[in-house]
Amino acid sequence: MEHYRLSHLDTLESESIHIMREVAAEFQQPVLLFSGGKDSLVMLRIAEKAFRPAKLPFPVMHIDTGHNFPEVLKFRDDLIESIGEQLIVRTVEDAIQKGIAVETADGNVSRNRLQSPTLLSAIEEFKFDAAFGGGRRDEEKARAKERIFSFRDEFGQWDPKNQRPELWNIYNGRTFEGENIRVFPISNWTELDVWQYIEREKMEIPSIYFAHERDVFYRDDQWLSTGEYMAPRRNEMVQKKTVRFRTIGDMVCTGAIESTCSTVADIITEIAAFRVSERGGRADDRFSETAMEDRKKEGYF
Amino acid sequence: MDSTQVIEDGIEKSELLRFSTCGSVDDGKSTLIGRLLYDSKSLFEDQLDALERSVTLSGELKVNLANLTDGLRAEREQGITIDVAYRYLATPKRKFIIADTPGHIQYTRNMVTGASTANLAVILIDARKGVIEQTRRHSYIASLLGIPHLVLCVNKMDLVDFDKKVYDSICDDYEKFSSRLDIKDITYIPMSALDGDNIVDLSPKMPWYKGPSFLSFLETLHIVNDRNFSDPRFPVQWVIRPRSDEYHDFRAFSGQMACGVFKVGDDVLSLPAGKRSRIKEILHLDQSLDLAFTPMSVAIRLEDEIDVSRGDVLVHPDHIPYVSNEIEAMVCWMHEMPLLSGRKYFLKHLNQTSKAVIKEVIFRTDINDLTENYDVPSLSLNEIGKVKIKTQAKLVFDNYKRCRSTGSFILIDEATHATVAAGMICEPANNIPMPQYDGYVI
Ligand SMILES: Nc1nc2c(ncn2[C@@H]2O[C@H](COP(=O)(O)OP(=O)(O)O)[C@@H](O)[C@H]2O)c(=O)[nH]1
Repeated sequence: MEHYRLSHLDTLESESIHIMREVAAEFQQPVLLFSGGKDSLVMLRIAEKAFRPAKLPFPVMHIDTGHNFPEVLKFRDDLIESIGEQLIVRTVEDAIQKGIAVETADGNVSRNRLQSPTLLSAIEEFKFDAAFGGGRRDEEKARAKERIFSFRDEFGQWDPKNQRPELWNIYNGRTFEGENIRVFPISNWTELDVWQYIEREKMEIPSIYFAHERDVFYRDDQWLSTGEYMAPRRNEMVQKKTVRFRTIGDMVCTGAIESTCSTVADIITEIAAFRVSERGGRADDRFSETAMEDRKKEGYF
Repeated sequence: MDSTQVIEDGIEKSELLRFSTCGSVDDGKSTLIGRLLYDSKSLFEDQLDALERSVTLSGELKVNLANLTDGLRAEREQGITIDVAYRYLATPKRKFIIADTPGHIQYTRNMVTGASTANLAVILIDARKGVIEQTRRHSYIASLLGIPHLVLCVNKMDLVDFDKKVYDSICDDYEKFSSRLDIKDITYIPMSALDGDNIVDLSPKMPWYKGPSFLSFLETLHIVNDRNFSDPRFPVQWVIRPRSDEYHDFRAFSGQMACGVFKVGDDVLSLPAGKRSRIKEILHLDQSLDLAFTPMSVAIRLEDEIDVSRGDVLVHPDHIPYVSNEIEAMVCWMHEMPLLSGRKYFLKHLNQTSKAVIKEVIFRTDINDLTENYDVPSLSLNEIGKVKIKTQAKLVFDNYKRCRSTGSFILIDEATHATVAAGMICEPANNIPMPQYDGYVI
């Protein structure tokens, strides 16, 4: 029997593949939300494992904040082209112009919050009934209780008090007209699992995950990148530092860490030794302890 | 424990163990999990910061490990855990997924949910209180849900002066009770979660205890053989048909091995139709595998062009499951609206959803004393009982005790789409005829 032992990565992978096939089979119009970040890369890899040699039975969609790192956007386009899939991009910018999303007065504020209305309008536009997201339960307390099939009402809202029980690997994907769900196929993965998987599968990742020199300034306990959308305040000094990013999001709020990691293996060693959890590097989670919970209720993925 | 070792010891060797935790309020469950995360360095600094913050806000001085595992705001306000929360822990030897569930009777459905995927049930007892009604209830649920291993954590030993006699008498009590259950393997560990005695390291305060610490028990528990490797069951989930020039006639059946092992060249029977073929190839992306075992997700190609689609189950002709549209099952009712005999439900089993109606409630189990009450018309939220169900489509199933995946199902309310019940199929009572497939040619 010993040779029927499955490693934890294979076990997690198998579970995720199963989830993706269930959604493909039970929903009319699924979509895979993709940011170019490591979690969405793992999701995409799993989708390939679930459906190859056929094409994916759903498109890939990026909700672009307009504040993305240019390296990441190029990486995204190259990758999607190389695997021959369809990419839909909807931007927060467009949503702002259409009046769907409203920017706050302070230009330095993260646009992550504006992703929610943009996503909801894209879901309506394409009549998507299921959207794969790369959320993991180890990221944050509220996520720890979210289901793998997570329901959104007509307003795109999540009701943590009214979740369907989820047993074994049997998912209830029944929805009514107008309702849709978020599906989190890698719910049970940790940050470390994701990196170990990237290493094992020899996956390409955006360069900003590796150490590089960058002009940064210090704010709210983290290094932020200077750039078109992000100006330091008067007392904030710009310095050149060797840094890398642990998550990829809006340039305005994604903090870099000082690091010399140049390979995925380096990153794994660094993560394993780390004592600051991943979301600690996102300014917009810091407002309150229940920030994520509040945002999810607004329809954030 | 050094977390970088997680890497050095190789990721391929490390196994995944899922456990559920149950305890009555204040037995120390949150403290135990918090302690485990804390001592194994699975906690992050900002989580600790957040923790300290919430501690000062509520005016408590001591670091409250329990706060680490309490999630949603409403729950924090009420001061109890009311849902299933999942936690993750890695040591150099293993990865753990913890399903943390509340212990009140009104949360039976959450316990059932947490228990459904667990390899191990962790049950806490307050050493001052011993085996109480809730301990029995949690144990019964673990047994009903087919969890193969159970560990009884006798906590708060510091409050009984680490007295061996107290511990022994609790173990005796539990031993007597648990002989009525269906759990193969039970372990007992005395501990103090608050101070970390016998959690990661063995405590000098209990030299009389000769077993492993809680963490070392978790790391070494043997779980591979818990899975059923003798009855191959492959429920078809999705048919892969590229229809491209390169893969013109390619057709593969994808799914997750529910139990057993399939090898290339094995005879297969597709149920419920009863068509026979042989396995030509087992695929995992671009790899061609010799075999697939549970719980692997693969794609299977057959020698013959037989008609197979989602919902069908490939089995081995020498190990045939039951095929019927009438089943008896233990169900846990999970919804405010009680079970209604005659009402239409959807039953989702493997990859198939069928219309179903509950013909009869056979009995309701009193989950505190395990007695069976006959003559009950219905089951309400959090009640457990045995029912007779008729489905529109034929189900291909096994006794839940033999195979958890082919023996489990959920009921979905047709009108609201809510998940209203979780079911575990029983061995058919009146010996339903085994499917006959003459020479397997139909
Ligand atoms: N003396 C002592 N107190 C404990 C121990 N474990 C937990 N407690 C305390 O018991 C109370 C309830 O613990 P908690 O973990 O919140 O229990 P839960 O409701 O089961 O999650 C808290 O005040 C803990 O500090 C223990 O081993 N010894």
